[in-house]
Amino acid sequence: MLNLGTDEMAKYPFLAEAGKYLKDKGFTLDQFGTDPDLMPIIEKAYHRIEKASTGKIYHSELENLEQLDVEVFSFLIAVVLLKLSGMNTLIKRFSLAEARRAEKFLEKDLADFSDKTKEQLAVRIIKDLFSVNVQKHKEFFVIPVSDYLKHAVYFHEKEWKLVNRRIENGKVFLTSHESVRLIRKELDSYINSKIQEVSTPSMIDALKKPVEKLRLLSKKFSVPTMVSTEYPPCIKHAIDELNKGENLSHSGRFMLGTYLLSIGQTVSQIAPLFKNAPDYNEKVTLYQLNHLAGNSGSGTEYKCPSCEKVKSKDLCYATSDCDGIINPLQFKKKTTLHA
Amino acid sequence: MHEKDLKLVENSFKKYYFDHFDLIHVPERTSEREFGYQKFNSGMIRHLSIKSDEDLRLMLITEIPSDVYCSNAYYSFPTLSMGEKDWKEADLIFDVDSKDLHLDCRKEHTCLKCNSCGEVALMVQTCPKCNSTKLEQKSLTCKNCISGAKTEVKKLMNILIEDLGIKKQNIRVYFSGNEGFHVYVTNSPYQKLGSRERTDLVDYIMFRSAIPETFGMKKYKPERSSFPEIIDNGWRGRVSKEIFGSKSKRSKEITEIISNGYSVFQQRLENMKTDIGVRIDPNVTMDTHRIFRLAGSLNSKSGLSKIFCKNFEKFDPFQDACFIDDEKIDVVANCPVRFTLKNRKFGTYKNEKISLPKYAAIYMICKGFASTA
Repeated sequence: MLNLGTDEMAKYPFLAEAGKYLKDKGFTLDQFGTDPDLMPIIEKAYHRIEKASTGKIYHSELENLEQLDVEVFSFLIAVVLLKLSGMNTLIKRFSLAEARRAEKFLEKDLADFSDKTKEQLAVRIIKDLFSVNVQKHKEFFVIPVSDYLKHAVYFHEKEWKLVNRRIENGKVFLTSHESVRLIRKELDSYINSKIQEVSTPSMIDALKKPVEKLRLLSKKFSVPTMVSTEYPPCIKHAIDELNKGENLSHSGRFMLGTYLLSIGQTVSQIAPLFKNAPDYNEKVTLYQLNHLAGNSGSGTEYKCPSCEKVKSKDLCYATSDCDGIINPLQFKKKTTLHA
Repeated sequence: MHEKDLKLVENSFKKYYFDHFDLIHVPERTSEREFGYQKFNSGMIRHLSIKSDEDLRLMLITEIPSDVYCSNAYYSFPTLSMGEKDWKEADLIFDVDSKDLHLDCRKEHTCLKCNSCGEVALMVQTCPKCNSTKLEQKSLTCKNCISGAKTEVKKLMNILIEDLGIKKQNIRVYFSGNEGFHVYVTNSPYQKLGSRERTDLVDYIMFRSAIPETFGMKKYKPERSSFPEIIDNGWRGRVSKEIFGSKSKRSKEITEIISNGYSVFQQRLENMKTDIGVRIDPNVTMDTHRIFRLAGSLNSKSGLSKIFCKNFEKFDPFQDACFIDDEKIDVVANCPVRFTLKNRKFGTYKNEKISLPKYAAIYMICKGFASTA
């Protein structure tokens, strides 16, 4: 693991082993509830979570050594509060905001031409945690195409497609902002998993009130969902094709079968849809649907392909109702405004 | 395939496999690969393990498969079901098929075969003999098609080497045994990529999803200096060459692009796909669990071999991939298209009984244009 100084730890507090860090500094959790000098840190930790819950990035004060410790402690206590509250929505919002915060530091450190150590640390964090090899090349950061692809495929904006990148001899050229942006999702998952791994400590009196406040806060974020009974346009199109007796492609049949199975239809409900297909054979249809459902063969339940895959097979007929979804199955769940 | 034809083709395939041991080898890391084969008039048998050249040859002689396949993927347990194989990595593979190039010459050598009565005719709506609409497209390949496919392979090689940094010695080109080429990339940093990542590679190679901003054209206030230069690497350079032609025309073209606006340029990029993008079959490259025709084996769609192109520029499939012998065979041929094999011209035949060298007879039988007399 990386060996970090306190200033670096303040920037990337999720790299700290919580219990060990407190112990090394000579503190116990109980002291935060009793020591008047430490008690404001609980307030700060609550504030850190509250800010994250609104989607804003917590601003750090990294001026002197004392403040640096406070930065790390407030993160660790925030994790304790989150664990005690058990509110997963808050953990998600917190880890995302912390990821964005770390992203800012990583980006700055990576592009710091005056301080080689900072740059090297940022490069090492990116390499050790996310297996992306970054090298500086003039004003750019170059990474192998294969490393780039492993991360960029999670983005849906066209600018991240390889074809829209500068590529040379197996390397992608990025700015420091783009290099760090590339690992945002993984940074978020990393922080999230670190929080999930922490065992929930016993409740102490001083934490009862903030934990209760967190529970109340999390209620703001429960969003009622409205389930649409309409099929997404790709599925509608596939059904129309079959009804017209057109020869729906293998991928089209796969998409339709897996979609309908996923929304809870049974094989016997789905099979008649294929009756009009020019090559319809009841036995084959049932066999294939059962196979998709995981009732035969290796028992693998096949999942409905993503919008991206559907698009690549020319089966996508997206309308504006599809905005923001990445799988046809999400078409069913449209979120409404806060109730 | 009819019983008599089947016997002739099977015997010819068996003889080929017996006579050409030198062409038939298992690929490297054999024990990690999945093999499969198909027999004439029968389904696919897969999830097999073949351990050595000797095992492979024994299988070929005893089973006489119509087609033989091997995975581009490496597994811990290649013979188990898909979910249990434990996928490790896969070679990058590309399929360039002249059928997908939609060349003008295709209408001259594509026919329709009636599935009801077997009649063969050049492109028609209904069968001229029985009026059935159940028509199957059959095509013979011509030199122009092969030359078109070669151009695509060269474009592909250039992108693989220049853009993706793949070493030339890790790329091997094979004739597919029918109408195109198979390109393999081994020992590259792309081995471990999954299907999703390979899809993005495919889009890159085919020049799909390119946006105007990449080539300097912003929606608002485009800057002349952002447009690419002819000497740029990758797609910026290729697009630049395509649009500007030469350095001297760059300035004038940029003025025109900016005045025509964003969406016109977007459409122009879209239209460029077929010319500058490489026309590969995207599904082949995206699939990391495919079993792909084995090099050295015969293709039952033609009776030609899938074979490594030692000298790609000079490679002539009608000469270099035709290994069936020239024993005289009597067939009834109904082939409205001319073709050349081993430097000999054949066709056209209108339901006539003729005596032909076996390689030509097998070629027509495999294509569905002849039957044994």
